[in-house]
Amino acid sequence: MEPPPPCSAAGRAAALAAACINYRRGGPSRGLELRAVTAAATQDIDNVGRKYHLKLVLEDILEKDNVVNCTAEILYHLGNKNAAPDVDFTIEGELKNTDEQDNIFYNQIKSLKKELVAQNIPDSHGNVPPEMEPIRLLARVAAGYVAWQNSTENTRYELAQIKDVRQVKRSDDYLEFDYMVLLHEFVSQEIIPWQMRVLWHPQHGVKVTQNSRQPKPAEY
Amino acid sequence: MKLILVFSALFGAALCLETFVGHQVLRIKASNEEQIEKLQLLETLEHLQLDFWLNPSTPAHPVDVRVPFNSLQAVKVFLESNNIEYSILIEDLQVILDEEKQDMANSQQQEHSSSTFNYGSYHSLASIYEELDNLAYEHSSIVSKLKIGESYEKQPLYVLKFSTGGTNRSAIWIDAGIHSREWVTQASAIWIAKKIASDYGSDASITSLLEKMDVFLLAVTNPDGYEFTHTKNRMWRKTRSKIQGSLCVGIDPNRNWDAGFGGPGASSNPCSDSYHGPSASSEVEVKSIVDFIKNHGKILAFLTLHSYSQLLMYPYGYKCTEPADYEELDTLGQAAASSTHSLYGTTYKVGSICCTIYQASGGSIDWSYDYGIKYSFALELRDTGNYGFLLPASQIIPTAEETWLGLKTIMEHVRDNPY
Repeated sequence: MEPPPPCSAAGRAAALAAACINYRRGGPSRGLELRAVTAAATQDIDNVGRKYHLKLVLEDILEKDNVVNCTAEILYHLGNKNAAPDVDFTIEGELKNTDEQDNIFYNQIKSLKKELVAQNIPDSHGNVPPEMEPIRLLARVAAGYVAWQNSTENTRYELAQIKDVRQVKRSDDYLEFDYMVLLHEFVSQEIIPWQMRVLWHPQHGVKVTQNSRQPKPAEY
Repeated sequence: MKLILVFSALFGAALCLETFVGHQVLRIKASNEEQIEKLQLLETLEHLQLDFWLNPSTPAHPVDVRVPFNSLQAVKVFLESNNIEYSILIEDLQVILDEEKQDMANSQQQEHSSSTFNYGSYHSLASIYEELDNLAYEHSSIVSKLKIGESYEKQPLYVLKFSTGGTNRSAIWIDAGIHSREWVTQASAIWIAKKIASDYGSDASITSLLEKMDVFLLAVTNPDGYEFTHTKNRMWRKTRSKIQGSLCVGIDPNRNWDAGFGGPGASSNPCSDSYHGPSASSEVEVKSIVDFIKNHGKILAFLTLHSYSQLLMYPYGYKCTEPADYEELDTLGQAAASSTHSLYGTTYKVGSICCTIYQASGGSIDWSYDYGIKYSFALELRDTGNYGFLLPASQIIPTAEETWLGLKTIMEHVRDNPY
């Protein structure tokens, strides 16, 4: 029998649900963020794991007045701690259509003479040049995937900063970026460098094709 | 011309050479070409030592001329006998120059004053320390600066004391920046300092509070770490103390307090960001506060600022059981969160550390609460993860404003419920 959930675990489950929803529904022109948890219940399933039933309110980062209600179920697996938790969710209502902004971003990148390269987004003072905001939101989406794949009941990951991003040249329609980001893990308070290879297409959404945890540089 | 005059006057004054006592500046209006020619003749009389600020050109334009004291009578006679209209622009030039010199000295001083400190941007340690001095200077009747100790790297730990006098008054403690990467906290603290100082006398709440109690504010609790976030690593959290037997540096100052020290939620690995250190209060930054609080003896509230997550928390962190004053603290916490929310709609979640964020031992408000300071709260300011530690500077003042409303609610309750 597993020990009972720590009372802070529901908050982490909710953050994971939000990360997952952002991964599935977010993009360079849309970022979703957890605004509130309106209900939370846990259910122990013998020999399987622990399930969280959540009711959440998410808001659109770019337009804070746009909110959607979601229900989510998260199953953290017993035993195999390397298995990603199962996340199922439903969104009530419509998310704002972002086709126009997506196409603008897509065309902007496609028309660059040289592949995009950038560092430190945001910078130390929180500045993000406007043309980098879609790059940042895309990283957030990909980080949601990484968070989902690596989360347990006792972890919560947020994207802290993009240290480096390089566009990867492609011969097809997709845009591809190689990111080196810093993830902030809440429970340990560690800052973890993580590399992510991200594909995106306005009609086909976001895909993280490869990602890897990086060693932390020695701090003197 | 005038600028050169001013500088030369100052230069002259410094070298005891020339002053302009009694010199006058005349404005002359020539009514026709003939009068213009007469004025041009005046220009050639070198012995008069006239200094034309506006030379004679056409009757449409005035002629301004500085006339030394000794030449005044001769020039005025010349003008009057030729029916050339004039007026006295400056009666005594030296008076003007003296006033200007004073103005320049005043504005030089003002450059160091807080009217030019930008509260809406992030500052270096040196800049924040300078502003602490400015606040203490400008609001000296109620603000003084105390040094309560030194950091590991020997940076002073400066606390601002807000007091209207009295002896042995009870007090409220506020600190920020114990974790150096949480930049919005140091920035909010300095704004709050300015707010308290400015509002005393006009805001009923803070005025009545300061009539009864003192407020102590430590804006940069971890100056070594803060400096490091500016120079080397923006994400640095801990102190910068050397650890025996390890290449890694720094101890998590909010795992280092004597409250369940070394228990769950703190790491024994020196390289960890939540390393608790060799023993409780081993960090000088922590010990300095502990000593101050103990020596003071009448601290009634202990409020600490962190970021990020938008949380308003009371003890405990080291254990998941409720504190004895749970009901009062939760009710007060909800009221404070409500005040904060009222300004910009920012939502804060209220609860104990253990249930709201995680179990964490060795935390400051657990220590202060178990020491006897009932009103112990830890706030996590904006945001909830979108920017995280890298909160845009444009959000500093809104964050500080809403946080201040929450703190005020707590402080008013403390004022009205002494114990």
